[in-house]
Amino acid sequence: MGCGTSVATETQLKKLETEEAVRTPGLALTIKAAVLIQRWYRRYMARLEMRRRYTWNIFQSIEYAGEQDQLQLSSFFSFMLDNFTQLSGNGPDLISQLLNPVVDPWLDREICYTLIPVPDSYTGPRISFPLCVSDTNALLSAFKEQQILHARYVLQLLFEAKKLLKQMPNIIHLSTSYTKDITICGDLHGHLDDLLLIFYKNGLPSAETPYVFNGDFVDRGKKSVEVVIILFAYFLLYPDYMHLNRGNHEDHIMNLRYGFTKEVMQKYKNHGREILQLFQDVFSLLPIATVIDGKVLIVHGGISDQTDLDFLSSIERHKVKSALRFPRHSLEQLDIGQSCRHVKRMRSVDSSCSSSRSYSKNQGTPGQRKRRCKLKRDDSAVSTSSSSSSSSSSVCSPHTPSSQSLRPCPSSPSLPCKVLQVPYLDSLSSVPLPSPPQHEQEWKQIVDILWSDPKTQEGCSPNSFRGGGCYFGPDVTQRLLLQHGLQMLIRSHECKQEGYEFCHGGKVITIFSASNYYEEGSNRGAYIKLGRELVPRFYQYQVSRITRKLTLTQRIRAAEGSALRALKEKLFAHRSELMANFQQRDPNNTGTVSVCEWAQVLECVLRLDLPWRTLRPHLARLASDGSVEYQSCFEDMEPGAPLPKVAPNLAETLFRYRTDIEIIFNIIDKDHSGLISIEEFRHTWRLFSAHLGVAIDDRAIDDLARSIDFNKDGSIDFTEFLEAFRVVHKLDKDAQLGEKKDKEKHR
Amino acid sequence: MAETSETADIQRKIRAAFHVFDHKADNTVDVREVSTIIYSLGCFPTKADIHRFVDEVEEDNMGYVHLDKFLPVMTKVLLENKFPPIPEENLLQAFEVLDKERRGYMEPQELAKYMKSEGETFSQEEMNEMLTALVDEKKNLICYKELISQLTLDLDT
Repeated sequence: MGCGTSVATETQLKKLETEEAVRTPGLALTIKAAVLIQRWYRRYMARLEMRRRYTWNIFQSIEYAGEQDQLQLSSFFSFMLDNFTQLSGNGPDLISQLLNPVVDPWLDREICYTLIPVPDSYTGPRISFPLCVSDTNALLSAFKEQQILHARYVLQLLFEAKKLLKQMPNIIHLSTSYTKDITICGDLHGHLDDLLLIFYKNGLPSAETPYVFNGDFVDRGKKSVEVVIILFAYFLLYPDYMHLNRGNHEDHIMNLRYGFTKEVMQKYKNHGREILQLFQDVFSLLPIATVIDGKVLIVHGGISDQTDLDFLSSIERHKVKSALRFPRHSLEQLDIGQSCRHVKRMRSVDSSCSSSRSYSKNQGTPGQRKRRCKLKRDDSAVSTSSSSSSSSSSVCSPHTPSSQSLRPCPSSPSLPCKVLQVPYLDSLSSVPLPSPPQHEQEWKQIVDILWSDPKTQEGCSPNSFRGGGCYFGPDVTQRLLLQHGLQMLIRSHECKQEGYEFCHGGKVITIFSASNYYEEGSNRGAYIKLGRELVPRFYQYQVSRITRKLTLTQRIRAAEGSALRALKEKLFAHRSELMANFQQRDPNNTGTVSVCEWAQVLECVLRLDLPWRTLRPHLARLASDGSVEYQSCFEDMEPGAPLPKVAPNLAETLFRYRTDIEIIFNIIDKDHSGLISIEEFRHTWRLFSAHLGVAIDDRAIDDLARSIDFNKDGSIDFTEFLEAFRVVHKLDKDAQLGEKKDKEKHR
Repeated sequence: MAETSETADIQRKIRAAFHVFDHKADNTVDVREVSTIIYSLGCFPTKADIHRFVDEVEEDNMGYVHLDKFLPVMTKVLLENKFPPIPEENLLQAFEVLDKERRGYMEPQELAKYMKSEGETFSQEEMNEMLTALVDEKKNLICYKELISQLTLDLDT
């Protein structure tokens, strides 16, 4: 073996040690000792950095994969629409129940808050309109004290915000010459502490301190309601100094899955649905872009090579209620639309869509569940029946679709069919619009703005990671900036370690304001201050929930643990597919495969781009010959409660789609009792599994339904039911048990 | 034949570690990440070792390193075990050289003094991080004896 310098150093160290007496080490020895320690420590830190890095990768991959799965839910809705006639007897009622939870007519919604009394016993903040500074101060103090604003005030606030937003253009133009520096904040995601910290460091919104909040105020964090109320309150108070851009999470479908809907329902048991309906309106009315001094463009996600700011200024932005609802149009559905009062249905995707996404669990090939949905464009019949209840035509910009020349529809490579082809359902406005191509174009423009991410390579490609918007390269940025005489693009949408990041040669800035987004200590938050010279200054911060300062090791270990748990749950939820693939590579049934094959299978089935080999020690055991014992991946996990008697593939589907199913149940459960009827359960479950292409026979469903109707009273406690499908980590359980035992011991 | 499969295995490990830092997915990493990658592959180079390594692989002072250059050099390092790990006893001895009375612990200022003035000195930032990582909060001491085994165990999974 070669004698590297380091080996020589150690040998010398040993030699010198034995030669020298103990007491006073010579200088040479001291130096050598120091070098050794430094070397060791630097390696230690590097290893930590490695862990931190892949922990980050895990969180991010799972986050984006989750957003892709989001499409499952929305395409399920469309599937339901397609198949409602098959719901023997329960037809439109079930559908409208699911998709139009509030039966109140449009107009009533506006004034409903006046009918809600605020009892004397209410100790929360009381606000009056028009708002003044004492109201916003009251809200801030109240929320700091964990108080909840009464539903009446929430509704009134939203109603007022909606009125004001209707008057705003799609793109807001600001100027630094009349104001001091403008502060620009990124995603908050319900992190109230971060918002309060920003206000503390930077000042409350005012004429001296104007703000732009760049979308994603809600979802994921626990205080989305408080955050968005504060933002809207300041918006009402200072409409000239408080500007809000729409983010991709200001979208009622996203809210269903990512927590905002749940939070509202939990905090507002009686009026939750009305509040959510108003939020739906308000979100779709948020402006989509802000421009400062005609030079700095601020949008939530990014741009595409088709982004046209002039076109964007002219469309009716509120029509795009959700990125996950694609505008389609047909006569056939309008009939049904009429019968379900304010549900207007548009024609859809081929029914071939759902069947092609078959659950390939028993196929040898790694699951390549490509969405082969085809857009079926029904340009034939366009009804121009008007609906008197629509007030949407009075909204915002004076755009008349008919005056616009038809733009060619983008059936281009930048929008391949496997991405985001879901039908449109507008449960509010009921004016059918004429030309489908127009509608598509508008939808795409907005989705691109809200969902796109920058990339280093040139060009523009569909953002398959997220399932919506594009990846745009520096050339796309350059072209757009040039076209509109802009200098810089500020966007958010992606979590960054330091709270902000430059790219595209400094022309694009990502600003992210939710610190500790993935986990305690995962990242800083930041905001930008922009003055007349338009040179951005960054301010970073990090909220610390723990008073004792954690060491770097502790923080990384915590984050890593959290990430690995999430990852293991993914493995567990895909168990049968993974096992099928492993077994295929293990013809002699040894229970092992090579590390390489193990990594390949995971990559293919889970479709997460992660350093599997590096992660292997945390996920699976090695046999004595260095190969991987693949069963060991699943050892640590078990269901949260004893599983009801279900077929294994059914169980796995439940594990995987637990969140989605929970959402659907919550929608069905109109009175928030936590119970749904057996019949409802059966229907929903049958549809959901048919949609997923899971072959489940009726018997299995009936058995399942019966087995979970514990009280035999015809209703199901779905929370209890779903608890069985929450993955629990045995080691955690054991640790907790151990702690308990220790505590008892030391009594 | 054993040689080649060993090499192949080593190369896979190298690629995997490289991949973690290859953000743009174009087989390049920032030159500043090279040391982290080398460390993560089980090596204990000195700073001087790292400088020499980087000189060999960096792309003409462009600030990045391409996998094509990194792979062969790193493979050689691993095959020849150029930067072998420091055995625990040696590390212990090193601390004991600095802790003349062999108490088993050191005061933070003591260690800091050495780390910042001797050998391949630490920057203030590195020093601060090291202290946060190693100092026992209650006693305000670096109990190196306990730490060494704890920390080595923690990372070498």
